[in-house]
Amino acid sequence: MTKIIVLIGGLAIIGFIVWWFFGKHEVAEVSADVANDSQSINVEVNGGYSPETVVLKQGVPAILNFTRKDKSSCLDRVVFSDFGINQALPINEEQQIKIDTTNPGEYQWACGMDMFHGKVIVK
Amino acid sequence: MTITKRFWISLIFSLPMLANMILMPFGWMLPGGNWTQLILTTVVMLVSARPFWQSAWASFTKHHSNMDTLVAIGTVTAYVYSIYAMMTGQAVFFESAAFVTTFVLLGQVFEERMRNNASNAVEKLVDLQAKDAEVMRDGQLVKIPLSEVVVGDIVRVKPGQKVAVDGTITEGTSTIDESMVTGESMPVDKKTGDKVIGSTINSNGTFMFRAEKVGDDTMLSQIVELVKKAQNSHAPIQNLTDKVSDIFVPAVMIISILTFIVWYVFLGASIASSLIFAVSVMVIACPCALGLATPTALMVGTGRSARMGILIKNGEVLEAVNDVKTVVFDKTGTITVGKPEVTDIVGDEKTVLSFATGLEQSSEHPLASAIVKKADKENITVPKVSEFKAIEGKGVEALIDGQRAFVGNDKLLADVKIDDSLQRQVVKLQQETKTVVFVGVENKVIGLIAIQDAPKETSKEAIADLKARGLKTVMLTGDNQLVAEAIASQVGIDSVIADVLPSDKADHVKALQQDGKVAFVGDGINDAPALTVADVGIAMGSGTDIAIESGGIVLVKNDLRDVDRALALSKKTFNRIKLNLFWAFVYNVLGIPVAAGIFYGIGLSLSPELAGLAMAFSSLSVVTSSMLLNKAKITSKVKIA
Repeated sequence: MTKIIVLIGGLAIIGFIVWWFFGKHEVAEVSADVANDSQSINVEVNGGYSPETVVLKQGVPAILNFTRKDKSSCLDRVVFSDFGINQALPINEEQQIKIDTTNPGEYQWACGMDMFHGKVIVK
Repeated sequence: MTITKRFWISLIFSLPMLANMILMPFGWMLPGGNWTQLILTTVVMLVSARPFWQSAWASFTKHHSNMDTLVAIGTVTAYVYSIYAMMTGQAVFFESAAFVTTFVLLGQVFEERMRNNASNAVEKLVDLQAKDAEVMRDGQLVKIPLSEVVVGDIVRVKPGQKVAVDGTITEGTSTIDESMVTGESMPVDKKTGDKVIGSTINSNGTFMFRAEKVGDDTMLSQIVELVKKAQNSHAPIQNLTDKVSDIFVPAVMIISILTFIVWYVFLGASIASSLIFAVSVMVIACPCALGLATPTALMVGTGRSARMGILIKNGEVLEAVNDVKTVVFDKTGTITVGKPEVTDIVGDEKTVLSFATGLEQSSEHPLASAIVKKADKENITVPKVSEFKAIEGKGVEALIDGQRAFVGNDKLLADVKIDDSLQRQVVKLQQETKTVVFVGVENKVIGLIAIQDAPKETSKEAIADLKARGLKTVMLTGDNQLVAEAIASQVGIDSVIADVLPSDKADHVKALQQDGKVAFVGDGINDAPALTVADVGIAMGSGTDIAIESGGIVLVKNDLRDVDRALALSKKTFNRIKLNLFWAFVYNVLGIPVAAGIFYGIGLSLSPELAGLAMAFSSLSVVTSSMLLNKAKITSKVKIA
């Protein structure tokens, strides 16, 4: 009897994992505030990035403020491969990252181990 | 709390349990038994392992998972089960939770240190800069900080000092060690009019130079910027790991649950041993090794090549190099020195030269500048020229003293007349690797100018190296077939495509791409399209900015032998990436089944502690393997025995 309960319980957890991690979930998309000819947005780094998608206006100088709250070494760097940026993120310190918004497009960013991803959309 | 501190705390509180485990067979027991173990492990869990749970939970709420997710679930499971087992009087395994935490943290301590080493290598280049400079201000030499030097400043450099910024020598001579920027190990002689590069070291003379590029425009800053971009670029091979990393952790969790179910429900094992297998699976899986495989190797490989004066722009280029079958060279400035000189003049020397100079004086073609230089030397008076007109790919024509004069290459011959005796001279000169320029009036050739551009000293060796690598070499030139073939046989090039119009270079590269991937080596503005079209564009560093912009690889030293070195380094780096990925995959593919107890029947199984140790060292070994690229031997000469 216990075995059947364990079996059903286990399969239920597997079902939950599949739904939770592989199912479609809405991703927060946030536009930066434009003020005085510049735009900036705060990105919190904690078990991933929030927001994960940042929308920037083309041609307006942009700054992303990354603050790492997560102690995991997975997230201790942020890499923008298109811009050659590889910035260390000391814990609980705001790091400003300038983004070149000259060309519209989608630019991925990732943690140092390429496990977590986020993206900047310039339009 | 830093990872290092967390590691030490974890280690100190785990040690008594380690002693307990080792000394148990000899009859020694930890005083206080399970209670002591509970207290020690609780400290480890609360202090050292808590950040794992926090990170895992934060990811979980965002529908993500990472390595911390696995470590957190694995250790908490072992810990919570042990408390339950203690209360119900069964065997506990507190030490698993504590040891796994310790080992994982140990791996992270090393890994963090090595990753920082790998990424800081290039930033150290910036530290090479001089801190200040002696600059002429209001007629006096004053010492000012580097940041205050502006374009046009006259800067004095004494022996042993660093050149502050890029510029041109105005006074004095010296020898300069440029190895830190160009990778060239021999010091270079410099005199008035020569270019100097910021951050290089002046050895014996004192000289003055005019600052031409400062701040972010200097060669060193540009190199650093380029290398930074390369180091953080994405190699196409990573697309695979990107896909895997998205599903990796949840998949491992599922496998872990299945392991428990199979052992407990179907094979009738006890809860404790089923749980140990499940925890081992969770702990041994290492997505980090997969994630680190490419970026670390890319970082070390591009960093090392930069120190050799070879700038590889990104991971894509690195990957493309691997399949290159043919290397195509531009002739002028790439295989040859690029400073052509007039060697013979046939016909009435004065008239021929004066007409040619009149027509060519405003042209930027290297052959034209050779003619103008010769005329300067001979004190030829330049005639008045009007109605100047270029004949594309053939030459130029204009009115001189009321006559229609022209100068150009043998493609012009279709429209004009030439004597038989002159024609014979042409062939003779061409066989001597001299380019022949035809000078004529109205419709008749009145004379010839022979111009020679000698191959670089190193070209022959460079081509031999590439051929030893099994690559096909091709020379692409706008020059005449005879001249081109003569030069090709001098340096040992396989085949020649001559008489190519500048605008057709890219098309020829495209045609060659039918037989496999092509690398194109060039330096001029007209090479830019070919550099872009080729699978790998290699720009000579002495070349024009636009060529450097279009190339995927830039050779700072202007030495053709670096083509071979660049290919060797790219291949080595890419092979290391493949090795890393292979190891990371194999590790997980083999490790997980072993941890799940599939080989339990033949006596092969892993405790969670060993699984944790294996995990820590798998990602560490990937980083180490990448770091070893710095030491790997680059064979620049593949000699056939």
